[in-house]
Amino acid sequence: MEGPMRADAKVCSEGGTESSPRGPGCSLRHFACEQNLLSRPDGSASFLQGVAEKSRERLIRNTCEAVVLGALHPRTSITVVLQVVSDAGSLLACCLNAACMALVDAGVPMRALFCGVTCALDSDGTLVLDPTVKQEKEARAVLTFALDSVERKLLMSTTKGLYSDAELQQCLAAAQAASQHVFRFYRESLQRRYSKS
Amino acid sequence: MAAGFKTVEPMEYYRRFLKENCRPDGRELGEFRTTTVNIGSISTADGSALVKLGNTTVVCGVKAEFAAPPSDAPDKGYVVPNVDLPPLCSSRFRSGPPGEEAQVASQFIADVIENSQIIQKEDLCISSGKLAWVLYCDLICLDYDGNILDACTFALLAALKNVQLPEVTINEDTALAEVNLKKKSYLSIRTHPVATSFAVFDDTLLIVDPTGEEEHLATGTLTIVMDEEGRLCCLHKPGGSGLTGAKLQDCMSRAVTRHKEVKKLMDEVINSMKPK
Repeated sequence: MEGPMRADAKVCSEGGTESSPRGPGCSLRHFACEQNLLSRPDGSASFLQGVAEKSRERLIRNTCEAVVLGALHPRTSITVVLQVVSDAGSLLACCLNAACMALVDAGVPMRALFCGVTCALDSDGTLVLDPTVKQEKEARAVLTFALDSVERKLLMSTTKGLYSDAELQQCLAAAQAASQHVFRFYRESLQRRYSKS
Repeated sequence: MAAGFKTVEPMEYYRRFLKENCRPDGRELGEFRTTTVNIGSISTADGSALVKLGNTTVVCGVKAEFAAPPSDAPDKGYVVPNVDLPPLCSSRFRSGPPGEEAQVASQFIADVIENSQIIQKEDLCISSGKLAWVLYCDLICLDYDGNILDACTFALLAALKNVQLPEVTINEDTALAEVNLKKKSYLSIRTHPVATSFAVFDDTLLIVDPTGEEEHLATGTLTIVMDEEGRLCCLHKPGGSGLTGAKLQDCMSRAVTRHKEVKKLMDEVINSMKPK
């Protein structure tokens, strides 16, 4: 029992990657990811981003179903368990990112990767990506999108508050630009992980 | 023979129709089913409406009761929606606690009420910190043939327009509420949110107002809730195939025209009910 656990711990600390703090051109907060940190499940990942529930579950499930190639595994059930460690805003987007990384870690065949991005619109129309809890509460509208990695198409969207069509297009464009950073982070963290083992 | 083909290869059967830009029931891709609405038919409820979208039938009843306002918002009342999908509307639902679909629909309606600000909760307050109205909106589906969210939103809007609340005064001596059932007034409805649902086929085609069979064959769904000024209250896309920004724009324009159609229908019905 001692052996495997220590090996896992070693993998965790070396496999973890961290992204740069909010640098120029990227208005997302600092994020980090560790993979394979639990020994029992087939795949696991923790996604730290910045510091509901049947409908939220359904949103995540439907997004995963659209992307996972279920036809390759008939009569199989894939259970994705998400445990919130701490909520510092943009929770649904963080859950989506964690779910995607865990599916990759488990080796489930997918047709594309997906990522979650949250935008908040405050009362004068300024767009804030990846809002904190305080920014979400004070915002006029909060929009969460799930985008795929192949063509940046909109896989899932859920919104709160009132906004105009033009603002929606603006948020979608900003989310598509931000998703570049998230996908680049996925790639880097997977490269780090597989280059060690 | 067509029925046999439909059972064996439902997707192929459907694609044959889509190639000709129409659907098995004869509608075009952007056409809604016949919408009928009946307002105020339930006399025991404070407000009611029955909406039929083709075969899909939803009835909404609103009951108003007293409650103490929440401690963190002493000048606000409550609006509590509940969507019920009983076994009688479709064989896919079993009796017992509400299933996932009903819970998701209830959450959707609650979000629409919250986001669109259809009623100012301050209007429901009678005496700050002591007494407020709570409106229980029960939406029951009588026949499930797809597009339940559009029907529920329309039924809720029509029922709320029909609600009449009696005048309530607080007697200073006894501190009890006195209800004057003879003096009733309508609720002040600030916005008129209207939902338009789409189904995505084969990752490319978008059709409006899917029936039960079409929903089953679709690879994704999208619901847009818009108010009369073109502002969006809700863009609900629970997973499914991806959509580009351009496709989203087409959906927006369809949602705008649908809003006009629905508003016209509802105004006609309400005007026809006014005593001449």
